[in-house]
Amino acid sequence: MSHATTKRPSNLGDTIFEGLARFSGLFVLVLLGGIIVVLFIGGLPAFKQFGLSFLTSDNWDPVQEDYGALVPVFGTLVTAVLALLMAVPLAFGIAFWLTELAPAWLRRPVGTAIELLAAVPSIIYGMWGFFVIVPIMAEYVQPFIIDNLGELPLVGAFFQGPPFGTGIFTAAMILAVMIIPFIAATMRDVFDTVPPVFKESAYGLGCTTWEVMRSIVIPYTRISVVGGIMLGLGRALGETMAVTFVIGNTNRIAHTIFGPGNTIASIVALEFPESESGSLKLSSLLALGFILFVISFIVLAISRMLLKPGAKA
Amino acid sequence: MKIALTALALGLAVSAGAQAQQITGAGATFPAPVYTKWGEAAKAAVGLELNYQAIGSGGGQNQILQRTVDFGASDAPMSAEKLETGKLLQFPTVMGAVVIIVNLPDVAMNQLKISGEMLAEIYAGKITKWNDPKIVEMNKGVKLPNLAIAPVYRADGSGTTFVYTSYLSAVSPEWKAGPGAATSVKWPAGAGAKGNDGVSATVHNTKGGIGYVENAFATQNKLTTIQLRNKAGHFVKPEMSAFIAAASAGDWVNAKNFAVDLIDRDGATSWPIVSATFIELPKDPKDPVRSANVIKFFDWAYKNGAALASGLEYIPLPEAVQTVVRAAWHSQVMSPDGKPIY
Repeated sequence: MSHATTKRPSNLGDTIFEGLARFSGLFVLVLLGGIIVVLFIGGLPAFKQFGLSFLTSDNWDPVQEDYGALVPVFGTLVTAVLALLMAVPLAFGIAFWLTELAPAWLRRPVGTAIELLAAVPSIIYGMWGFFVIVPIMAEYVQPFIIDNLGELPLVGAFFQGPPFGTGIFTAAMILAVMIIPFIAATMRDVFDTVPPVFKESAYGLGCTTWEVMRSIVIPYTRISVVGGIMLGLGRALGETMAVTFVIGNTNRIAHTIFGPGNTIASIVALEFPESESGSLKLSSLLALGFILFVISFIVLAISRMLLKPGAKA
Repeated sequence: MKIALTALALGLAVSAGAQAQQITGAGATFPAPVYTKWGEAAKAAVGLELNYQAIGSGGGQNQILQRTVDFGASDAPMSAEKLETGKLLQFPTVMGAVVIIVNLPDVAMNQLKISGEMLAEIYAGKITKWNDPKIVEMNKGVKLPNLAIAPVYRADGSGTTFVYTSYLSAVSPEWKAGPGAATSVKWPAGAGAKGNDGVSATVHNTKGGIGYVENAFATQNKLTTIQLRNKAGHFVKPEMSAFIAAASAGDWVNAKNFAVDLIDRDGATSWPIVSATFIELPKDPKDPVRSANVIKFFDWAYKNGAALASGLEYIPLPEAVQTVVRAAWHSQVMSPDGKPIY
């Protein structure tokens, strides 16, 4: 009797499904590899022409056809790191409050609101930044800083110049708002993975909420928290439209954080339509794309390594 | 076809063979509004349906060189070598002017006066304050604040930037030797913004801001423009009469490939920053019928499109120039059997 019922069904469906799944997986690899190869081949004339100095030159001169990646690479890294400096404490506060302090009935709506923030298209952040934040910066914040700090001896030069409102600092602020939901959501999820018995034991010993957070939750989740921050960093590095609106689009390294700058993604977006095929400019833009790919890859690789369960300290 | 029949039945004036024939073009964004308007009008008048994609001058040149469109459009004239190797005929359609806008609290429309040399120094970061002695001397009686000058430029590669930097190069040897003229240059000072709207919004947001935009944009948005000193040494307001004066001062007869230079022309009333925008058409069309339709379209636009162009703040092409262009169409665009297609 058991023979009849345990007869294996035809495994044709399994085979087809396995093939499809394998194809999908490999397709991603091929696509990724294809993008890297195309970017590299496209950028090759620029790499050949400028060699290593492409990375160290701060020149971007379409008239003399002399291109260097330093300004956009610098702008990309500085805005992303500044954004992290602003976003991480706030995101930590949100996650801490949501997991430890908030009344239970509030946790769900606030958590959902945070996730919704992550779904807002970046162009919306860009327009909000350009039409709301930039005028505030230009009207109040920067004139205040220029008037009060610009006359100081020695350091005054760091705060002088016209109050455009746009710039590295404004871009970092917008980026921070954009990545807070990512980091906060990751932190909240990993804070929730701490076994309650650990926390209860600590409370039982008379620890305050902050002591529990500092001595139990953070050490337990440290690696995953860093991984979540890295994911936010990855997003900040590649963000294009929102940054393009507010960074000031200047191919110079500003001497103040309020000064305008540029990022890789935004210079590619702006210059691409007026680049003739086969020109050194187009090749330099593709080379920049390749560099951004490499930077993002490094950041993601680090975050993967840190998020791996086995890597826990 | 059904629509055409219905239209006939309603007794509307529809010419014979009302089925619209498609022509495709791509390129410059600056003339896109007038091409679109012409397209709508020409569809009703001569049954030609224009599909124009404003992808930028560089993109337009690439596409016509690869022959993926019927015609290319670009703000900066294509180089003579490229036209030669690409077997392209280039001709102008309309002209436009670039104007300077400012954001100064106590300065009225067209009140401020500036020379081209000073404009170059401002954009080079050499004149940094609005109460600089040079500006004050030129503007006696205008209240100029102790405010940093915030130069704003187009961050995206654009024909407007090409025209503007060509002007700065024409009036300032230092600018010519330094940043030079192109669709995007290495700006020594200031901040960039995307598009005409981005530049005007940034100037609007920034006290002490100065920027350059196309005239149509400034007029429609009632931005505060300034007077510029022209080659003859007169200060002129950015007005249609000044643009037309500059256009007629151009040396159209001797300009190779119609790449006429309208920047900083002679004439007491000429506005100094005016330029033409161009069409590139294959001289050896694969499909002579389509190319003939392109010519038919622009011939119609020359004859009937001037009012539409002026309405959008463009400067129509002078009659004499149109005649020369028509001759070029006839003598240079040949079908495979060597006959003129138009």
